[in-house]
Amino acid sequence: MREITFAQACNEALRHELQRDSSVFMIGEDIAHYGGMFRVTDGLMAEFGEDRIIDTPISESGFLGMALGAALAGKRPVAELMFIDFSLVAMDQILNNIAKTHYMSGGAAKVPLTIVTQGGGYKGAAAQHSQMLEALFLHVPGIKVVTPSTPADAKGLLSASIRDDNPVLFIEHKQLLNLKGHVPEGEHLVPLGSAHVIQPGTDVTVLTYSYTVQLCRNVVQELSSFGVSVELVDLRSLNPLDWDTISQSVTKTHRVLIVHESHKRCGVGVDLAAQIQEQLFDELDAPIGICSAADVPIPFAAGLESEVLPTESRIRKAILEVMGREV
Amino acid sequence: MESPSAESFLRQMATLQALERELTTLSQSGRLRGSLHLAQGQEAVPAGACAALQPSDYLTATYRGHGYVLAKGCSLDGVLAEILGKATGLACGKGGKMHLFDLSHGLLGTNGIVGAGVGSVVGAALTAKMDRNGRVGLTVFGDGAINQGHVHEAMNMAALYQLPVIFLCENNLYAEMTPLHRSHGNVNLLERASSYGMDAIQVDGNDPFKVYEVVKKAVDLGRSGGGPTFIEALTYRTVGHYQADAGTSYRTLEEIEEWRQNSPIKRLSARIGPDAEKIIDEADELVHEAVERALGSPDPDPATALQGVFA
Ligand SMILES: Cc1ncc(C[n+]2csc(CCOP(=O)(O)OP(=O)(O)O)c2C)c(N)n1
Repeated sequence: MREITFAQACNEALRHELQRDSSVFMIGEDIAHYGGMFRVTDGLMAEFGEDRIIDTPISESGFLGMALGAALAGKRPVAELMFIDFSLVAMDQILNNIAKTHYMSGGAAKVPLTIVTQGGGYKGAAAQHSQMLEALFLHVPGIKVVTPSTPADAKGLLSASIRDDNPVLFIEHKQLLNLKGHVPEGEHLVPLGSAHVIQPGTDVTVLTYSYTVQLCRNVVQELSSFGVSVELVDLRSLNPLDWDTISQSVTKTHRVLIVHESHKRCGVGVDLAAQIQEQLFDELDAPIGICSAADVPIPFAAGLESEVLPTESRIRKAILEVMGREV
Repeated sequence: MESPSAESFLRQMATLQALERELTTLSQSGRLRGSLHLAQGQEAVPAGACAALQPSDYLTATYRGHGYVLAKGCSLDGVLAEILGKATGLACGKGGKMHLFDLSHGLLGTNGIVGAGVGSVVGAALTAKMDRNGRVGLTVFGDGAINQGHVHEAMNMAALYQLPVIFLCENNLYAEMTPLHRSHGNVNLLERASSYGMDAIQVDGNDPFKVYEVVKKAVDLGRSGGGPTFIEALTYRTVGHYQADAGTSYRTLEEIEEWRQNSPIKRLSARIGPDAEKIIDEADELVHEAVERALGSPDPDPATALQGVFA
């Protein structure tokens, strides 16, 4: 199979959905004429025209409100937020309106709206351009959250997101955009809510998503040569969550580490740990571990940023701790 | 306050130019992390505007605002060290290039979020009015930022409460890669601002004397209780939006070249004559030495990353 980058895979999914369904259109900053800050929308304006690939002013709140209205009026909009950090300028539209409309309307209104965005750190982009904010969107009911880690999943999950009849936040990671991988040509769908067991194992379950999947892969490989058998699970989407895969894995290994790049407090790790201990308490042989960013804004200097974000060595240490092994 | 001399404006502008040249080299060689937004071609606006301010006046600026930070009087060493993520930086390496703060010089922050610094200057101006301390606040932002709701909310309130604020809009004709006519229903920025009930003036942003003059007038108005002013400074960034953008895929080479010929440093140098070169050389040397000092300064202790979330 040919290899393409994560950004190209997203581009293929967008092109495919735009071709397939004339109600799909895109709206966002510098996505049309320029082709997107990260080339995710490259060439789409040439193919689908300015009516369907729309450049906006720097008005996140405004264009997300418009995307909501267009969805209510029968379109299937895909809005791009250049950085997930900028969602905070538009949070009222996203969480008070987009996420709640279906429920508030008693089911009368449908909001098939996908927000494609990009987040994450490790690049020295500092406090306002390095965040992973998925937990904010998971806390408020009504919007799905998708976090792919490979080019193939990016394509399959983006197509599935656009076809979903609900609001979906699709989060690319800036460290993944240039990652290459095998991606099926033509139609490729990965259902939302299906985790992927990247590597089966017996000693400990590592649950993760987005860029930290790549960090965990390296650690897991290294640990296997020391006789530690890790089951590595890429959650792929956080809402909906693939509880069956999580529970099967925990029932097998009896030990769990959750790894994510965002902060710990009120985050995905804390949330999953609560669900696992509620439902699988008797299965657990050790306290559930969480390896995450420290609870501070993301600092700029390299030495500070790497102190705050998960690193391979910190992940390795956390796995061994959950195993009760000497670090 | 007298207008500074041509020589003094040139010194300020050449310092900014030299800083950007050094930063470009550092970025290209991988010694500078993150995005680098340059202001080449726009040097006259910070030089002219900040000359009309007192050190105690308030300022907020953008990711492209390091020229304002220097012209406001903040230490070159502190700014450079911060940009390079050093312990001796203005924010001890935590903020980085987009997040420069120096409260002792009225700098309430540069910002990575388009339009975000506007409200805080209005609030600082509110404080100045409450305390009757005669200070004013100046916020600089781009033509693209005018399309943020926050900016309009803040402009309305500055006019409503008659606050001493200068809204300085650098109109460099593009927001990232998007030209004005594709992002503004009404490209007349003065009309949009004046509709809130404040004076709105356009100025040649490539002439520091003219910028100084209009900002000075707005500062005087603000200090005397006359409320806010909106100033549109016409200028042009002769380089890309940031280091990864050549700036040529959405602008013609002719257009860029025309503005390069008309660059504020060229214009002012021609006016000054032979002495200009010496001033520019001195600025280059000053900045180069400061870069060497910054590169040699200590990195922050990693443990500090986990401290300082709360006061
Ligand atoms: C809220 C928000 N949206 C988008 C961006 C990305 N962005 C950074 S600079 C920029 C263009 C701003 O243009 P303008 O206000 O004209 O200022 P200039 O960069 O030309 O100085 C954009 C869209 C951002 N930083 N913040």
